[in-house]
Amino acid sequence: MTLRNPKDFWTGIIYIAFGSGAIIMARDYGMGTARKMGAAYFPVVLSVILIVIGLISLLRSFLRPGTPVGRFPFRGLMLVTAATALFGLIVRGAGMVIALPVLVIVSAYASRKFSWRTSIYLSVLLTVLCILIFLKGLGIPLPILGSWFGS
Amino acid sequence: MELLANLILGFQTAITLTNLMYCFIGVFLGTLIGVLPGLGPTATIAMLLPVTFTLPPVSALIMLAGIYYGSQYGGSTTSILVNVPGEAASVVTTLDGYQMARQGRAGVALTAAAIGSFFAGTVATLLLAFFAPPLADVALKFGPADYFSLMVLGLLASVVLAQGSLLHAIGMVVLGLLLGLVGADVNSGVQRFSFGMPQLADGIGFVVVAMGMFGLAEIVRNLEREEGGTAEVTKITSLMPTKEDWKRMVAPILRGTAIGSVLGILPGSGSILGAFAAYSIEKKVSKHSAEFGKGAIEGVAAPESANNAGAQTSFIPMLTLGIPSNPVMALMVGAMIIQGIQPGPSVMTEQPALFWGIIASMWIGNLFLVILNLPLIGMWVRIIMIPYHILFPAILVFCSIGVFSLKNTQFDIYLMALFGLLGYLFVKLDCEPAPMLLAFILGPMMEEYLRRALLLSRGDPTVFFTRPISATLLGLGLLAVIAASIPALYKKREEAFREE
Repeated sequence: MTLRNPKDFWTGIIYIAFGSGAIIMARDYGMGTARKMGAAYFPVVLSVILIVIGLISLLRSFLRPGTPVGRFPFRGLMLVTAATALFGLIVRGAGMVIALPVLVIVSAYASRKFSWRTSIYLSVLLTVLCILIFLKGLGIPLPILGSWFGS
Repeated sequence: MELLANLILGFQTAITLTNLMYCFIGVFLGTLIGVLPGLGPTATIAMLLPVTFTLPPVSALIMLAGIYYGSQYGGSTTSILVNVPGEAASVVTTLDGYQMARQGRAGVALTAAAIGSFFAGTVATLLLAFFAPPLADVALKFGPADYFSLMVLGLLASVVLAQGSLLHAIGMVVLGLLLGLVGADVNSGVQRFSFGMPQLADGIGFVVVAMGMFGLAEIVRNLEREEGGTAEVTKITSLMPTKEDWKRMVAPILRGTAIGSVLGILPGSGSILGAFAAYSIEKKVSKHSAEFGKGAIEGVAAPESANNAGAQTSFIPMLTLGIPSNPVMALMVGAMIIQGIQPGPSVMTEQPALFWGIIASMWIGNLFLVILNLPLIGMWVRIIMIPYHILFPAILVFCSIGVFSLKNTQFDIYLMALFGLLGYLFVKLDCEPAPMLLAFILGPMMEEYLRRALLLSRGDPTVFFTRPISATLLGLGLLAVIAASIPALYKKREEAFREE
């Protein structure tokens, strides 16, 4: 038995994981009957289908050849998601004038063409633009300077 | 003439100075974001959705419709000028559009696309006005079982149209349905899959999922294949088609409009199927079929007309049945619900001004597109030339603030980042996210209709096969899947997508 289609294999694993996780979580929700469906009925039916699809995919990965998954661009993936999460983490505390430049500069670092100069210009421009559009224009309750600065 | 009276009511609603302005802003912003390489209509609408929340319902929906057409036209512009399609529907346009551009005829290609789109938009708007009322009557005859089967058909169709493995696409649909169930069960109030987090009590926001899977994941993908230099944009010399061009455009535009309008109504398809079908049919019937792929104007005019006609007629199932047929329509349904409107057959009778106002504004939106795009093409070209390493942090900023503004919570930003990771992972595994997003929206609705259908049938599942409407819909769905898995056709499907 050799693994011939890694994409099928990992997709199968993910589907089975989601399906079994959902069944485990749904065990206290109440199945009910077909006539009077409980909160768990539909999710459990779906999870079973998902697990079956996952199993077929898993089985197939040993039978049918496929292409490798390929390398993960860890730098891009991590920096883009981390910058986004970081923005969420500090936006209320630090305010837009700090959180936005952080988001711009950290994410821009994901590109091979990163330059400090461009990123700083860009973050100033975007911060001003966002304050004008979202805060002044649309009234979204985000502080310019956050609670960490006593305002 | 009821139709006329309805259209007049619609135009009265749409043609107020404020609504015209919102329609204009929508088309403008939609095109502005849509021409950014790699951002298709789904991501564009998700990004701009928060802007419309503060508006009254009619204006908000008019603006959203404008954004939709704008983003679609923006996608065609990038297809022609830089060979980067914004979404699957404009993939076909790159084939001949980009070739025309390389021959110095980019302006002509853009004009052909604009005129084709406008004509198709006009026809499809009339079709919509004509067929929506009788279809809404039919919709009133739909029982829960029929609604359920219709959604099954829509999901199966989206599976067939997805790239990659059929099995994985079905898996994505099931996963999407499951994710859609997160939060309180409407029937029993039980909190499902919420990990005890109050932020998940109302479920996961569809904009969060859309922005994560289409916005963030796409950025990572684009960074991965980041190459040196900016996009090479061909110079635009003349916008005016020659007399010969005009002659060659007419028939493809008519055929494209017809094909696109019909295929757009089908649940699950939207504009993709129409564009592909129009191109391949045109290639078969055209006198100039040898020129296809080398810059034939028919190869731009036909799919662009079909694309736009389909975009318009895909509103029919959404407005009459309340069932979205593609991710874009799903976002529209979400926007309507946020505005306090439950989409469905009753909208037309209960809020005629809103209903006909949207239809009228579709035509106005199309008109704006022509007026706006051809003269402003120089500006769009300059936007296309913005290098990606400057562009993507800006996209990220707008996604993050946009997603925050939905519920004013940072939690959604984290969730969006998570869906970005997940979305990238699935793309890497050749699992397309579009069917999943559609399923995500349909999840709770499907459960509700299944529950009602089984309650009425006293738990007898054969109800789905004994009711004629339901049986027909399920039969169609089955047919679509069988057709897609027959080896010969399966190959065709692969080929159609490989043209990317």
